[in-house]
Amino acid sequence: MEEYLEAGFPKLVLLFVAIIISLIAIRLTYVFLRSGKPFVVPPERVSTMIVLGSGGHTAEMLSIVNVLNKERFSPRFYVSAATDNMSLQKAQVLEQSLLHQGKGNAEAAQFMQIYRSREVGQSYITSVGTSLIAIAHAIWFILKIRPQVIICNGPGTCIPLCVAAFMFKAAGLRWSSIFYIESIARVRKLSLSGLLLYKLHLTDQFVVQWPQLQSKYPRSQYVGRIM
Amino acid sequence: MDSGKSKKMVFVTVGTTCFDALVKAVDSPHVRHELWSKGYTHLVIQMGRGSHFPSKFSGEDGSLAVDYFTFSPSIADYLKSASLIISHAGSGSIFETLRLGKPLIVVVNEDLMDNHQRELAEELADKKHLFCASPQTLHQIINGMDLDSLVPYPPGDSVPVAKLINRFFGFPDN
Repeated sequence: MEEYLEAGFPKLVLLFVAIIISLIAIRLTYVFLRSGKPFVVPPERVSTMIVLGSGGHTAEMLSIVNVLNKERFSPRFYVSAATDNMSLQKAQVLEQSLLHQGKGNAEAAQFMQIYRSREVGQSYITSVGTSLIAIAHAIWFILKIRPQVIICNGPGTCIPLCVAAFMFKAAGLRWSSIFYIESIARVRKLSLSGLLLYKLHLTDQFVVQWPQLQSKYPRSQYVGRIM
Repeated sequence: MDSGKSKKMVFVTVGTTCFDALVKAVDSPHVRHELWSKGYTHLVIQMGRGSHFPSKFSGEDGSLAVDYFTFSPSIADYLKSASLIISHAGSGSIFETLRLGKPLIVVVNEDLMDNHQRELAEELADKKHLFCASPQTLHQIINGMDLDSLVPYPPGDSVPVAKLINRFFGFPDN
């Protein structure tokens, strides 16, 4: 009996590991195939995370939010980098103006800041450590908010959030649809964030603002310029 | 004093960045001379976080009046009252200026590590919406620029992106 156990135990472990790996592979294949497919039954409303990237990125994002239907994309969670003091103010101004127009309600919008993976000019080596902190913070955000939609447009702030959301998606805890809209500043080449999300197939829809970029990245969509 | 000149202001903006090469360029006698000979009377420089402080001139001796500040919450007012804008290549400044329909020279910061901003400035310059320069070539660009050659920028529209998102969820298009 003991001999049987000694001989059989590693085999059992191997079999177990093999089953787990296969299950994960099947699940990931399903998630990748299902991502990017439109909804068959429209949801009534979707909780929406809007990632504000600072400066021109924020301006582009808020112009999109401005034309979204506020009843359907509700509640809205605005996230900016912890070092960015301007973006959330601008989002608050937008939400205030919606309130005045009678299009919003006070509970529909929340504003929060997240640690950033990499500051402008920070070295790529030290950004490994800061990225880990940013991912932990992002997991906490996704756990707390459990958004059905994430709309983002770079720079790096959105990467940990998209990765965390994808982990939740793969684990079957929350299905988030991720929309990435590459900045208008990218004419010939994708940004690092855009390239990462595109290559890893993490987005449901990937939008670019120049036709020459669309022809280079065939899975992307071009629907004109935002700005 | 040249009383025949009506006030024409040039506004230089570096946004929230530090772009001393641009501030130094507009502070140079070359550039001041070119601006004056093109009929501009005032130069206002928003110098941001830079450490190069340009020289101030009152303009009372019949030359270009020069003033500067670091930051201002009313950049929009300067853009509106300017006849020419010289800007860093940030997309925020570029599109704010183009929306106002003002002539724009974008100066690309060649010291930036990942200089993708050049792409946008060059693309828009190819389409004749603006002029593109480097700190070194700025005076030549001012000398050679023909404002009548500029083509108005057609404003973008975020509705198609919203429609794309709506269609994904099966929402109607409004």
